[in-house]
Amino acid sequence: MSERTLRGAAALVGVADDVSPTGELDRRGRALEAAMVFEALDDAGLTLADVDGLCCTGNVTGLAEYLGIHPRFLDGTMVGGSSFQLHVEHAAAAIAAGVCDVVVSVYAATPRSDRKRGAGDGGDGAGGPGGRGRRGGMPGPNPGAEWELPYGLRLPMGAYALVASRHMAVFGTTSEQLAQIAVDTRRWASLNPRARYRDPLTVDDVLASPLQASPLHLLDCCLVTDGAGAFVMTSAERARDLPRPPAYVLGAASCSDHSMISQMPDLTTTAGSVSGPAAFAMAGVKPEDVDLLMGYDSFTITALLHLEDLGFCPKGEGGPFVEDGKLGPGGALPMNTNGGGLSYTHPGMYGMFLLVEAVRQLRGEAGARQVADLRVAVAHGSGGVLSTMGTVVLGTEVVL
Amino acid sequence: MSEPPKASELPALPRRKVFEPQSSTLSGPFWEATRERRLVLPWCTACERAIWFPREVCPHCRGTSFDWRPASGTGEVHAVSVHHQPGLGRDAAEGAYAVALVQLPEGVRMMSNIVGCALEDITVGMAVRVTWQPLSDGRHLAQFEPDPEPEAEPEAGAAAGS
Repeated sequence: MSERTLRGAAALVGVADDVSPTGELDRRGRALEAAMVFEALDDAGLTLADVDGLCCTGNVTGLAEYLGIHPRFLDGTMVGGSSFQLHVEHAAAAIAAGVCDVVVSVYAATPRSDRKRGAGDGGDGAGGPGGRGRRGGMPGPNPGAEWELPYGLRLPMGAYALVASRHMAVFGTTSEQLAQIAVDTRRWASLNPRARYRDPLTVDDVLASPLQASPLHLLDCCLVTDGAGAFVMTSAERARDLPRPPAYVLGAASCSDHSMISQMPDLTTTAGSVSGPAAFAMAGVKPEDVDLLMGYDSFTITALLHLEDLGFCPKGEGGPFVEDGKLGPGGALPMNTNGGGLSYTHPGMYGMFLLVEAVRQLRGEAGARQVADLRVAVAHGSGGVLSTMGTVVLGTEVVL
Repeated sequence: MSEPPKASELPALPRRKVFEPQSSTLSGPFWEATRERRLVLPWCTACERAIWFPREVCPHCRGTSFDWRPASGTGEVHAVSVHHQPGLGRDAAEGAYAVALVQLPEGVRMMSNIVGCALEDITVGMAVRVTWQPLSDGRHLAQFEPDPEPEAEPEAGAAAGS
């Protein structure tokens, strides 16, 4: 295989997201998607007329039609929460190859208010796989309905619970260690006025919350909120002429190693052990060079696995690694500074928000939660049930 | 090796509300065997390996011909989660239950339930054996219970009748 490199070819130049401390949004569907597209374009200093590439996790032609654009690069990749990391990888490759110049990726889902409305997509065609746990909506045969669901596996939580069970049995990881991740994430959320939950949290609080699917407690699990976001990407060359500091794509890689949890080759090692090193190698960075980790936290165990699989600590040592609170404000490895899927927002496919926060941090726009001297940020997404990992390494001009 | 009893001669088993899977053409032999409470696995006749789940093409060797062979019926708990909130098709009133991945000596891992013991007694690594949960149409779900007489790991492919 020839050397894969996208390093420095493209940059994220515009971002937007819409969340609310109430967990609910008024807008929904295509209207919400369009609002995010326009907001991200405004942020980038570009207009819809500049856009010739479009990504979303559903009917991408329907979205293009709604927006009234005629893209020549389309990506409807839908692998769950890491879809947007894959959009970055694909769009950077397309831009590097000269296929297109300006790509927008957008996401909107309103599972919280949809639940109240008791409605589907309201007939506006926005649809798309919004709510979490709706993996049955993926196209094609669904062997899970035959070989997993009859056993009452509660998705997605039950799959992660099985993984946590195995990690604990093999490595001695404890519930207290997993809880520390939720605690540190909440500490970041307390600095973010837009976060859903901002009250202080203790390890005891997490352990005292109801067991949902052992060994996971309620507070080991992400939120269910409305939320939406978008990013705009263009070539590094064009990015330099735009108003905001570009977040250059230094590396991007993905890997998928199962769809059903019963098919995961090793319950304690994710495909991030492939995508992470590949993206880091492309970027020319090592874990110790990473100033900010935005690591998909659908559950506490999810984030713990990223720390091991991306090489921040050896396999099996994620528990002891997080114990000292190094992931929180002032710690050695700031993780999920927006408050994460655990405390900020989680509309079902959270990967977009990893990218949005990473870009804001790299630009120095993160306010009270700003990480100082930030040069390299990693947005690492997980999709399905730890099925598909997408790692994106972003950096400022100085590391280009 | 005695003949397995006919489905009509099997003693009644307690039932719990579950999401009932559809049988497909591909998986028909699996589900038909469960009527007699027999656990069978598809073996690729080209590479002589059991596969799970059933599919048209062997993921190991691209073989397309499979034999359904009896499994030993034993296994080991690979991971377990006690579900305190019900999954699809389960009735909350029936209480918590254990969802587990069970590693079979035939070299495959399947989703199942662990039954027949206190939920807190189920541990990763525990030896289990198959037991059956009736479905509404005479088929059964293969579940597992603690194995009172765990043997040394049977050889892969060892066919054990009842």
